[in-house]
Amino acid sequence: MRYVTAKNRAILQEMVKTDFKVRYQGSVLGYLWSLLKPLFLFAILYVVFTYIIPLGKAVEHYPVYLLTGIVLWNFFTEATVQGASSIVARGDLIRKVSIPRYLVVLASTLSALINLGLSLIVVVVFALFNGVMPTFEWLLIIPIIAQLVLFALGVSFLLSALYVKFRDITYIWEIFLQAGFYATPIIYPLAMVPESLQKWFFLNPMAQIIQDARYVLVTDTSVTIWSTIQSWAIVIPFAIIALLFAVGVWYFKRRSPYFAEDI
Amino acid sequence: MSQKEIAVAVKDIHKEFILPQNKNSTFKQTVVNIVKKGGKVTQKTLDGVSFDVYKGDFFGIVGRNGSGKSTLLKLIAGVYSPTAGNVAVHGGLTPFIELGVGFNPELSGRDNVYLNGALLGFTHKQVAKMYDAIVEFAELGPFMDQKLKNYSSGMQVRLAFSIAIKAKNDVLIFDEVLAVGDEAFQRKCLDVFDGYKADGQTVILVTHDMETVKKYCSRAVLISEGKKIKEGDPVAVADEYSRLNQVQIDRELQRTRKEGSIRISLFDKNGKTPKNTFPVNSEIDIHIEWDIDNAEVVMVDMYKLSGEHITNFKSVRDKKFKEVNLKKEHGVIVSTPLPIAPGKYFFNVTLRRRSDDVEVDAEYHIGDFVVSEDWSKVDQTWSGLVGLASEWTVKK
Repeated sequence: MRYVTAKNRAILQEMVKTDFKVRYQGSVLGYLWSLLKPLFLFAILYVVFTYIIPLGKAVEHYPVYLLTGIVLWNFFTEATVQGASSIVARGDLIRKVSIPRYLVVLASTLSALINLGLSLIVVVVFALFNGVMPTFEWLLIIPIIAQLVLFALGVSFLLSALYVKFRDITYIWEIFLQAGFYATPIIYPLAMVPESLQKWFFLNPMAQIIQDARYVLVTDTSVTIWSTIQSWAIVIPFAIIALLFAVGVWYFKRRSPYFAEDI
Repeated sequence: MSQKEIAVAVKDIHKEFILPQNKNSTFKQTVVNIVKKGGKVTQKTLDGVSFDVYKGDFFGIVGRNGSGKSTLLKLIAGVYSPTAGNVAVHGGLTPFIELGVGFNPELSGRDNVYLNGALLGFTHKQVAKMYDAIVEFAELGPFMDQKLKNYSSGMQVRLAFSIAIKAKNDVLIFDEVLAVGDEAFQRKCLDVFDGYKADGQTVILVTHDMETVKKYCSRAVLISEGKKIKEGDPVAVADEYSRLNQVQIDRELQRTRKEGSIRISLFDKNGKTPKNTFPVNSEIDIHIEWDIDNAEVVMVDMYKLSGEHITNFKSVRDKKFKEVNLKKEHGVIVSTPLPIAPGKYFFNVTLRRRSDDVEVDAEYHIGDFVVSEDWSKVDQTWSGLVGLASEWTVKK
């Protein structure tokens, strides 16, 4: 079976285009909201964690550091929340045309990825304003984002297929994400955590991804998995992503022939 | 046409559904069902159906509601996957289970054409090639950049329909939903079918309109209760469908049908006492009464005792009754003149459903009456079966 065909490309393109055209329909600022939403969240968190609870004092370029974390976390949230409900939300299509089901999930991840791209432009502009010197090391963000996309896609495949049968999934996942936001070093620098505990944070692939992204984009004082763990355990976050992706794809493939009748 | 090429091969296809009341859509229900050890309740919708559709066929799939024909269609379209058996499609296939799949009211007409086209399996290039023809056929040229939500419902249907008929693929599948819409729209549909037939386009059509089957289909298959009942000549299939329908209705009515539930009596126009002898050309009132509650249409056939079918009356032909179902009523009066020759006559009365013209009750050979040799209501006598009004002029 060929996955990359002109037909599939057309479906994907039209679904993502529709998603973008419809999303900010009727709002005055339109697409700008894609940028304004993370910026405002950033502004609020920045004020709170710089002036009220000064968490970021010790961190070089804390605003960019914070924004990078928020933008990456937002992508993961958006991609997985949209992804989880994508199959059910497109039930009308699933029941009436035989488009490859995985395209629906892929489309929601792609939409989120485009938003991430826009947000990253803001991050870069911010970084330059904050006096971060651009280097070729910045290009390393590409494999890091590839890893993040794989993670989000794997989770989306698994959740979207589960959601067809169990409608509680999205609620559970939202709670999970809320907990994850605090379990991941986004607003607080990982350096604040006692050194002996730091390695446990890297069980969470999002912590590894965000810290790596900060290391290459913002500051090499960012604590990364590479500097924290020296044993075989370093593969754990990557293994988790690979495993989730494999399980997600396997379960999705197994269930997708029955989506039309189960929705 | 020696060796026919197969376009779609349906091989011993089975489909079972798990009944929805046992669907675990929340964890609570799952837990409850596990605790109760609730076995799956499945419903066999298709039970071993096989047939081949050849290239160039206009293939009809017919059956009553709930017979499994729509499930069969979705299996061929690849929307459902079979429990057992398989469907092999040779070449491209475009299913129209519904018109305008994926239409988004917030997008322009143009964007919707491309979106719908992509979902139907066409690339951007292919849609671009068909685009002008679609817009032209829909007669929506000036509106294509407007949002779909600003279209009237008629315009939306036109756009969706145009995409469907301009779509070119090896096999096209249409569900009967296409037949909804006003008369002009239906005629347009049928014109398109004519075109397909002329072009040798392979079409699979799901319908319960037997006239369409007889007129357009080259072959057909009848599905009932998940099984193939008959396959082949469309007229034979359509007749079998009608017969099967009648058998089913009769079976359903067995419980409710009362012997001699239809009664008929004849009166002079506005008369008070029933009679059974009338002069030639008298005006009479035919009173018909019945007891059942699901009659929608009444049909009265008049026969001569020797067997000639003189004429018939049908309630829906009267403007006042065109849209009226007679469900709640239990009687009608039909007024008519009798410009018929002296002799003995009788009626057959049938009560029918509007949707498919199926008889729900019938009474044969009732209301015997005599037209006497009394010509007093006629200016001039005539001979033959009926006396038609005529006017004469000199040809110049």
